[in-house]
Amino acid sequence: MTELAEKEVWKVLENVHDPEIPVLNVVEMGIVRSVESSEDITLVTITPTYSGCPAMDVIGAQVKKVLVEAGYPNPQVKSVLHPPWTTDWMTEEAREKLREYGIAPPARGAGRESILGNDKHVACPHCGSENTEMISQFGSTACKSQFRCTDCLEPFEYFKCI
Amino acid sequence: MTDKEMYFKWLLRHADSSLIMGQRLSEWCGFGPVLEQDIALANIALDHIGQARSLLTFAGNAEGKGRSEDDLAFHRSEMEFYNNLIVELPNHHFGFTTMKQYFFDVFELHFYSAMLQSTDEELGGFAAKSLKEVKYHVRHSREWMLRLGDGTEESHKKMQDSLDELWEYTGDLFHADDIDQAMHEKGIAPDLEKVREAWEADVHPLLEEATLEVPDTKGYMHSGSRKGYHTEYLGYILAEMQHLPRTMPDATW
Repeated sequence: MTELAEKEVWKVLENVHDPEIPVLNVVEMGIVRSVESSEDITLVTITPTYSGCPAMDVIGAQVKKVLVEAGYPNPQVKSVLHPPWTTDWMTEEAREKLREYGIAPPARGAGRESILGNDKHVACPHCGSENTEMISQFGSTACKSQFRCTDCLEPFEYFKCI
Repeated sequence: MTDKEMYFKWLLRHADSSLIMGQRLSEWCGFGPVLEQDIALANIALDHIGQARSLLTFAGNAEGKGRSEDDLAFHRSEMEFYNNLIVELPNHHFGFTTMKQYFFDVFELHFYSAMLQSTDEELGGFAAKSLKEVKYHVRHSREWMLRLGDGTEESHKKMQDSLDELWEYTGDLFHADDIDQAMHEKGIAPDLEKVREAWEADVHPLLEEATLEVPDTKGYMHSGSRKGYHTEYLGYILAEMQHLPRTMPDATW
């Protein structure tokens, strides 16, 4: 497959959005790992964010759908666990989109975070203050924690480092 | 037993433990003592079920008879399940669930850490991913062990009573039979004895900090899960979990 042709497939895949966080697409989240295309098959390899993430089946179906609509032959989706997905793979643009949407983006350096148990300096996505506190490590989805801002008093979610 | 059969049975032990633990924890959904813990337990349950899906898929591939993760989860009976006994115990109250979760979480922490070195690359990759989630689980259960154990008179009593009941089920996590030995010799499985040592090094100091005393069970530990012998609870769990797919076997999403 030519480099240009491969780039086109990646572009098409930017139309697949995270069903829970629709401002983000699966490419900028680092969910799409590779693309292989030939005359007979278009194989997209994805990796789940969390083991039990229920969005992955929907994402797989959406990937096939957008490829069919763009005219690619026989779209197939393969899921791999290795290397394990990490929030470090999220692009800067994705982080900014999260913040605008009202979700505090994950801090960099995912490995150390979960070992030390410190989600330091999480800035409130509404007012920007760092005077925030964690309410619970677990939130509305596997990937988010619950926080509140002690300045503007708004609750918000934090995309957990993993 | 062929190599394939051995690998299949060994994988099921861990797949089934994850599946049944996930099923038990999800019983809290809608019934948590406070909203944040309801959500926490549901999230943790989801992680376990996700891990079970991967392990059951590996098992199905190892068996080579075309059984899918769903076939294995929903169409086997009690004696074909090989989960550790501790995960099938009832939830009782939040303290009992927490302690049950804690003992299993610390086991998974050390088991998956050791599994990173597995000669089976797929399993090593799976362990790397699961370990990240398990670290969050351990933080959660560990914090609550301390809060409840070294808590009020009531919470302390409930936790001590829980420990008196649960301790006898912890040995089953580390019982290595000839399949475990064989898998370890091939470099696929961790050495359960080393996992036990690491587990004890974490658990005993934590219990002391939580002001809890390990009961003297004169070395007795429940066992039998390796052969498919279970407590009376597994039957009820499977009846609830499996009744829909068994009633309507042709149903699909």
